[in-house]
Amino acid sequence: MEPLLEIKNLACGYQTQPVFTHVNLKLYPKQLSGLVGPSGCGKTTLIKTILGLAHPWAGEIWFRGQQLQPGVSPPKVGYVPQVETVDWSFPVTAEEVVMMGRYRRRNVSPFPSKRDRQVARELLYRVGVEDVAHQPIGELSGGQQQRVFIARALVGEPDIVLLDEPTSSSDLRVQHELLHLLAELNQQGLTILLSTHDLNSVATHLPWVVCFNHGIIAQGEPTEVFTPQTLKQTFGGEMVVIREGDRILIASSLSTLRHRMQDNLPSILRQTH
Amino acid sequence: MDLLLRPFQYEFFSRALLVAMLAGLLCGVMGVYITTRRMSYIAHGLSHAILGGAVLSYVLQLNFYIGAGIWGFISALVIQFLTGRKIYADAAIGIVTTASFALGIAIISTYRQFTKSFEAALFGNVLGVTPNDVWVVTCVTIALLALVFIFYRPLLFWSFDRDVAKVHGVPVLAMDVLFALMLAAMLVTTLQILGVTLIISAIIIPASIARLLSDRFGTMMIYAAVLGAGISFIGIYLSYYFDIASGASVVLLSTIVFGIVLLWTNFNQRRKRRTLDSHLL
Repeated sequence: MEPLLEIKNLACGYQTQPVFTHVNLKLYPKQLSGLVGPSGCGKTTLIKTILGLAHPWAGEIWFRGQQLQPGVSPPKVGYVPQVETVDWSFPVTAEEVVMMGRYRRRNVSPFPSKRDRQVARELLYRVGVEDVAHQPIGELSGGQQQRVFIARALVGEPDIVLLDEPTSSSDLRVQHELLHLLAELNQQGLTILLSTHDLNSVATHLPWVVCFNHGIIAQGEPTEVFTPQTLKQTFGGEMVVIREGDRILIASSLSTLRHRMQDNLPSILRQTH
Repeated sequence: MDLLLRPFQYEFFSRALLVAMLAGLLCGVMGVYITTRRMSYIAHGLSHAILGGAVLSYVLQLNFYIGAGIWGFISALVIQFLTGRKIYADAAIGIVTTASFALGIAIISTYRQFTKSFEAALFGNVLGVTPNDVWVVTCVTIALLALVFIFYRPLLFWSFDRDVAKVHGVPVLAMDVLFALMLAAMLVTTLQILGVTLIISAIIIPASIARLLSDRFGTMMIYAAVLGAGISFIGIYLSYYFDIASGASVVLLSTIVFGIVLLWTNFNQRRKRRTLDSHLL
C-alpha cells in the first residue's frame, strides 16, 4: 500500500540548534499512531514541520505521492494545536470556531451561511458537543474544548488529522473519552497522528506508536516497542513495564506503579503484581 | 433648545463632530482586533512612531498622510521582523517607536517653528480640521470598513490562531501586511483628533467596553463602533460647555462609560449567581 504521508531524512531546528535529524516515517491510510516522547524532544516541531509551519533544514515530505514544498501545508489535513497555545478568552463561540475551518469555501460575506451553520452543527454532533454550540470557548471544559477543536479539524473532510498533545491537561476520564473518540473517527476511515508523553493512554488505545527523542528511537505496536530499553532511550530514565497478554502498564518507579495499580488498573494486572 | 444647538452654528465645530465620530467608529472597530490580539502596546507605540514620519514628511514637503502613513507601515513591518529574532515583541516595539519618536523630536528641536504643530500632534486638535481632512478621514474610514467586511473571515481566523489559520489556507503573511497597512492608515488619519498621547484610548476603551458586553467577535465590533462614534460625539460636544480640551473630554468620558459598564456587568453577574444559588439550595 502507498503511504499517505512519507517523511524522508527530515531535519529541523531553530536558530543554529537542531531539534531533530534523520527522521524517516511512513503513515498509511486509516492508521492511528501515537508520537511518544518527553517534553522538549521535538514532537511539536515535527508536527509543525509536517504542517508547513516550520521550515525543514533537510529532507522531504511526501503526501499522497506528491512532494510538498517546504513551508507549505499539505492539502486536506486537519490540525489540533496544544491547548496551552490557545487564547481561551478570545470572544468566539464553539460554533464560530468550527465555522472558521470553512475558510477554503471562499465565502466573502462575513455572515455565516445556512450551510456553514449546518456543517458546524453536524460536526459538533459527531464529536458529542452539539449542546455547547453557542457557548464561548472559554466557558467550556477542557474535554469540550478539545472536541470543538477536533470538529474544526474535521471541517475540510481531511485525509489526516495531526493532534499536538491532546490529552496533556485532561484528567484520566477525559483522556479515555478523547482517545475513544479518536479511535471511532479512525474506524470511520480517518488517519490520525497524535503526540503525547502519556505512555499508558497510548499503550491502551493506540495500535501503533513512534518513540521519539530528537529523532525516531523505535516504532511499531506498543507491545513490541514498549520495552524498558526503548523507553530508557526515549525518556532517559529507568521504566518499569508490566505485561499481561496484550495489556501493558508503564511507570517510572515501582512505587508509582503500585499507586497507579491501586487507583486505576484492572484487577487482572493487580493479580499479576 | 437654542443653548443645546449653539455649538452647531460654528462650521468648524460641526466639522470636528463629524470627523471625531468617524474616527471613533473606525478606532472602535480596529480596536477589537487590537485588544483581542493583545496588541494595545504596538498601537500605542506606532502612534508615537508616526510622529517621526509626520515631521519628516513636513521637512521633505511630502503629503502628511502619505509620508506618515508609509512611515507607520514600515515601522509596523520592522517590529514584526525584529520580533522572534531573540528580541521580545515589547522590546522590538520599544526600540522602533522610541527611535522614530526621538527622530521627530530631534527634527522639531532643529526647526523651532514646529512648536505649535508639535503640541497638536501630541494632544490632538480636532477643532482645527479642514474640509480636506474631513474627506480624507471619510474615505479612509469607508476603505478600512470595506476591508474589514471583505476580509472578516480570514482576519478573524488569523487573529484567533495564526498557525491553524495557515494550515486551513489563510494567507497569514498577507494578513500580517494587510493589518499593518490598516493600522498605519487608521493611526495617521485619526492622530490629529486625539493626538499621539491620547489616541490609544479611542482604540482600546470602546473595544474593552464591548468585550464586557459581548462574547462574540462580530457583536463586539458593532458595539465598539457605536460606542466609539457616540462617545467621541458626546465628548467633543461636552467639551464646548465645560471649556476643556476636546481630546481630554473624549478620553475622560470613555473612561467614565467603561467604569459604569464594568460596575453594571459585575453587578449583573453577581445577581445571576445569587439567583442560581437560590435555585440550587
